[in-house]
Amino acid sequence: MRHGRWRFLAGALVPALVLHAVFVLSPYAQAFYLSLTDWTGVAGEAHFVGAGNYVRLGNDSLFLHAVRNNAVMLVVVPLVTIGIGLFLASMMHLGGRGGRRGIAGSGAYQIVYFFPQLLSLVVIAVLWGFVYNPNTGLLNGALRSLGLDGLTRSWLASPSLALIAVMAVLVWSSVGFYVVLFSAAIDSIPRELFEAALLDGAGGWATFRTVTFPLVRENVHVAFVYLGIAALDAFAVVQVMTVGPGGPDGATEVIGLSLYRNAFQYGKFGYASAMGVALFFATLTLAVLALRSGRKERLELA
Amino acid sequence: MTVTRERTAVSARPAPARRAPRSAAAFPMHVAMLAWAVVTALPLLWAVVSSFKTDNEILNEPWSLPASPQFDNWSRAWTEASIGRYFLNSVIVVGGALLLTMLLGSLVAYALARYEFRGNRLIYYTFVAAMFFPVFLALVPLFFVVQQLGLLGTYPGLILVYAAYAVPFTVFFLHAFFRTLPGEVAEAAFIDGCSHNGVFFRVMLPMARPGLVAVGIFNFLGLWNQYLLPLVLNPDPDRYVLAQGLAALSVSQGYRSDWSGLFAGLTIAMLPVLIAYVAFQRHIRAGMTAGAVK
Repeated sequence: MRHGRWRFLAGALVPALVLHAVFVLSPYAQAFYLSLTDWTGVAGEAHFVGAGNYVRLGNDSLFLHAVRNNAVMLVVVPLVTIGIGLFLASMMHLGGRGGRRGIAGSGAYQIVYFFPQLLSLVVIAVLWGFVYNPNTGLLNGALRSLGLDGLTRSWLASPSLALIAVMAVLVWSSVGFYVVLFSAAIDSIPRELFEAALLDGAGGWATFRTVTFPLVRENVHVAFVYLGIAALDAFAVVQVMTVGPGGPDGATEVIGLSLYRNAFQYGKFGYASAMGVALFFATLTLAVLALRSGRKERLELA
Repeated sequence: MTVTRERTAVSARPAPARRAPRSAAAFPMHVAMLAWAVVTALPLLWAVVSSFKTDNEILNEPWSLPASPQFDNWSRAWTEASIGRYFLNSVIVVGGALLLTMLLGSLVAYALARYEFRGNRLIYYTFVAAMFFPVFLALVPLFFVVQQLGLLGTYPGLILVYAAYAVPFTVFFLHAFFRTLPGEVAEAAFIDGCSHNGVFFRVMLPMARPGLVAVGIFNFLGLWNQYLLPLVLNPDPDRYVLAQGLAALSVSQGYRSDWSGLFAGLTIAMLPVLIAYVAFQRHIRAGMTAGAVK
């Protein structure tokens, strides 16, 4: 029996561990070392340059553009997505009786809202590339047919609008998921709380502020972490949809795109690895901050 | 997690919602919700309608319906633009990777959740920690690892890498799931002389079905929509997966200005996901939101 136990454990764990070590752990470990070298892909030709790559990052204006754009997205995309998501989710419940039963048709609305979440970001990026097309696109076509010709733009070619256009796509694709998530959270709030608020004469906004929001705060928290990580990426949408990609003039450059270009187009593998390490520390900081404030919140509730 | 799932399922059922009162006070809410529904659905419907138009109609009348539906666009996209081949490649790679991920992930999760041995926690954290690292960090060394193994641009290479990056979340999710299953059934099976393998495959795995379905749906969508890994590890155009092929197409078709073919390709790429969603939408939403709450 004991013999069979060890044989089973070895059979269950070893294949997965080998796969994990070869394709996940070893690349991560190598990346930290490579970031300290000037490697260009020729075997045995990596020279140790210490922090040289990191110093260069600080002077690389395109990379700094990328950091700035990711930082803007990190703030804007979660805020707008969660704002719209919470608004729609609470609308669904406010419309029903007693402030919590679903409004008529809320099931159908959720089905529609959620669908973009399932699409590949490439499909979404190609689709929105069409929508933003200045001549044949849906957006300018709509503005023209409403007689608002003055508002038509070449959305992705204008440096001041391109990043907003990218962020709008990210928000569009993720709002539905969070409507469903928040809606489920609101469903699980005891209905007595809403009835009590109603009896106290609380209106829609007061109910939301004092009952709904405090009780779905943990979900909002999760949403911030997930959307923040997505905003630090944004690679697929930018690479497929924007001019350049990353343009015009670095207006939509993101860290992932800089990394990809430096590694697989310029062959600067050491330098690209340093960008990967920088991205890793950004993600780590985000996760640690989120975990810490999460702990604080739970203490407050207790 | 279970609570979320049940609740989502309840709210997805139309019957109780229909009983809700249609009062005038609900009108502004309906306007807000309808507005977002239009914003969500309109670009998608527009792409589907455009896939039946001629290039001329697409260029000159973005809002019109096709005078006569051009089914030819679809067959052109499927054959000439190779969408059919990309589709098949995606099915092979994602199918293989999903099977491998579910097998390895459930084995590891079960072994770690139900057996006590030295190093158990260490192995668990080795897997779970990988979820917190951005894939971009591994990208450069990963390319050379795959190249040195001679797996660059091959189906087995993509399948192994896809699985390697999907296993950590699968372990994390199913580990919690196996812990909640009662131990008595497994003990009874052991007493009846069932082997460790037998207990896992014939007793525990069937009991874990709801968890397997949830994480399976989550993994399928994640793998089907994967773009960064094939972009770097799969340079051969004959083996492009769907997302990769579509991205390449949107660049090249733009130059040849075969807009109708590209719209058709886009619609073909959306269609299987739409069909699966209509068929299983309650499971899919429940599975994916459960994944986020975890």
